[in-house]
Amino acid sequence: MSSIRVPTALRGYTDGQIEVHTEAATVGGALQELAKRYPGLAPHLFGAEGQLRPYVNLFVNDQDVRALAGVHTPLAEGDQLMILPSVAGG
Amino acid sequence: MSLRMPVQLMAEIQRHAEQQYPEEGAGLILGSLDGEDRTARSVLPVSNTFEAKQRGRRYLIDPMAILQAEKEADRTGLSVLGVFHSHPDHPPTPSKFDLEWAVPWYIYLITAVRQGIAEQTRAWRLQEDHVEMIEEQLAIEPEAR
Repeated sequence: MSSIRVPTALRGYTDGQIEVHTEAATVGGALQELAKRYPGLAPHLFGAEGQLRPYVNLFVNDQDVRALAGVHTPLAEGDQLMILPSVAGG
Repeated sequence: MSLRMPVQLMAEIQRHAEQQYPEEGAGLILGSLDGEDRTARSVLPVSNTFEAKQRGRRYLIDPMAILQAEKEADRTGLSVLGVFHSHPDHPPTPSKFDLEWAVPWYIYLITAVRQGIAEQTRAWRLQEDHVEMIEEQLAIEPEAR
């Protein structure tokens, strides 16, 4: 089992949960599971076409999944998936 | 929803905006929650890591800075309440790019800086449908003694 760490900004949609456990085998699977468990969170993770929102950054054990296999990055026992908002603007 | 901001923290935000001019300055706001009301307890100015040529009209905060702020908030029992940034020679209203990248729930403070002098700061928050950012009340409070 691995865990998903929810950032402050999204905890209002996870009943205040900071950490949620998952049995999913990949990062993408874990996100889908999280969105299914907390439907109010889904529109803040995924856009209308199902794509990840631009501000969603994903790290597995402090490593950016973009440097790994993206949403296909496998999750092993004890791994921590962190959702970190990307903060930008103009 | 409202954000209470001690006057000395507001001064720190505006000072950072002036120091970064003509580039955009940015940082994170840590604080406490009381129902819908938020009170700022500290601010963390951070580097604008957007491509150098565009920093006059864009900002980016490194995700590792967010991670550190999240861990600091966990350690101190606070929350990352939102973000502050400046608009050099532009009004303190959200741009299209601000809206596109806005994170739900966060409060966004925007400070207008004209010719290097910080002017008005206003507070905004993304609506749940991601269609627009609405203005929130920003209450500046006297310095704690």
